[in-house]
Amino acid sequence: MIELIQTYWLYFLVGQFPAGPLGGLALTLLLGAAALLLALPLGVALGLAKTNRFRVLRVPVSTFVYLVRGTPLLMVVFWAYFFLPALTGHETSRFATMLAALVVFNGAYLAEIVRAGIQGIPRGQTESARALGLSSAQAMRHVILPQALRNMLPSLVGQLVTTLKETSLGYIIGLSEISFIASQINAQVITRPAEVYGTLALTYFVLCFGLSRIGRALEKRLSSLPPAVRAEA
Amino acid sequence: MIEFQGVSKWYGTFRALTEVNERIERGEVVVICGPSGSGKSTLIRTINRLEPIDAGRILLEGEDIHRAGLDVDRFRSRIGFVFQQFNLFPHLTVLQNCTLAPVRVRGLVEAEARERALATLERVGLAHKAQALPAQLSGGQQQRVAIARALVMEPPLMLFDEPTSALDPEKVSEVLVVIRDLAHRGMTLVCVTHEMGFAREVADRILFMDEGRVLERATPAEFFERPQHPRARQFLADLRSPFARGA
Repeated sequence: MIELIQTYWLYFLVGQFPAGPLGGLALTLLLGAAALLLALPLGVALGLAKTNRFRVLRVPVSTFVYLVRGTPLLMVVFWAYFFLPALTGHETSRFATMLAALVVFNGAYLAEIVRAGIQGIPRGQTESARALGLSSAQAMRHVILPQALRNMLPSLVGQLVTTLKETSLGYIIGLSEISFIASQINAQVITRPAEVYGTLALTYFVLCFGLSRIGRALEKRLSSLPPAVRAEA
Repeated sequence: MIEFQGVSKWYGTFRALTEVNERIERGEVVVICGPSGSGKSTLIRTINRLEPIDAGRILLEGEDIHRAGLDVDRFRSRIGFVFQQFNLFPHLTVLQNCTLAPVRVRGLVEAEARERALATLERVGLAHKAQALPAQLSGGQQQRVAIARALVMEPPLMLFDEPTSALDPEKVSEVLVVIRDLAHRGMTLVCVTHEMGFAREVADRILFMDEGRVLERATPAEFFERPQHPRARQFLADLRSPFARGA
């Protein structure tokens, strides 16, 4: 086991970097973080559209969200893999392919979180903002959304955990994230699958568990706010 | 200043307002009272278009406020509205609650808005709470902040929708004192309330509503001493001795 770690730890952490492309744990983290950072604005935009009073916006966005949520991520990855090059006209890197799939997929899930967050804010908040003369966009931007996003924080962390695990599907298209690297190592060592995949599992677990704890801490901090804030929220 | 012309409103098949015709003059203090479900909150909410109407017209200084194409945000910014549930913005400090609209709607620079907000908070006796969050205040204090938040916009007209109904009894008077102060300064004021002592002292005129109609309009003295409509008499009797009915 020690020997295994001594030989492969750097490969496990960063792939062939710096001699080759970045991979391993570093790539997994980068992909997960980038996916959530890009999916968040998309999710907010879609969530806003879903709560919009105009059907022209609401209906197509709701349809899109239903379609994506009714599809396994693996399929979205395949779509991205085969259709992105056709769509853009040139070859798409594996990282970009996986990132696109994750952003679209998570965007749809975040849209639901954002919608619920917005609709969870009492009607009186919008009414009093509008009564002061704020436009509906201003009321959303300055009154509703800040409160909604704050209430959504725990769910967002949960989604980040999910995203991190979902990066493992990059394996399918040969992206050298941590699962792919682990299987490479296993192919070279051959005799130690339990150790190799055990380490992989432990790595995912530590990451996700850590994030969940942070999420719980956030939740606690929010709920320690004065009761009236929670009642309003 | 405000003129209702045959205003009607339905919620589905329920008729919330029936042919309301009424005039409220500039500088007048009008209290609207009546049993719950009588349409008084609906009526006051139609004055700044929080509720749409189905028939009739409402004129504010001659302008039809329910017509399509009205710049509703600009129009609302000139009417102060105070809600039963305060509706302060819980994520903003007291001061930020009061500067949001002046900055975003009036286009004031932050410093000027702060100055005006602090002066207004002073008027309701809460300048020392400027940095507090709404949740750290009592109900009475929150409602006074809500009044200040509306006043910062310097509206010529203030509307109050049961401003003390959500308060503990001992907090009611601190809010009423602030409202009375506004009335004495000559502000046009419409207030839905169950506080009959307040109505008697402050109102120029009382409108009594039931089942979506204005059944009686009178000075406080007339209304309390010689109510004309049987419903108004019943209402006042119920207020005086809440346990007497049916006894």
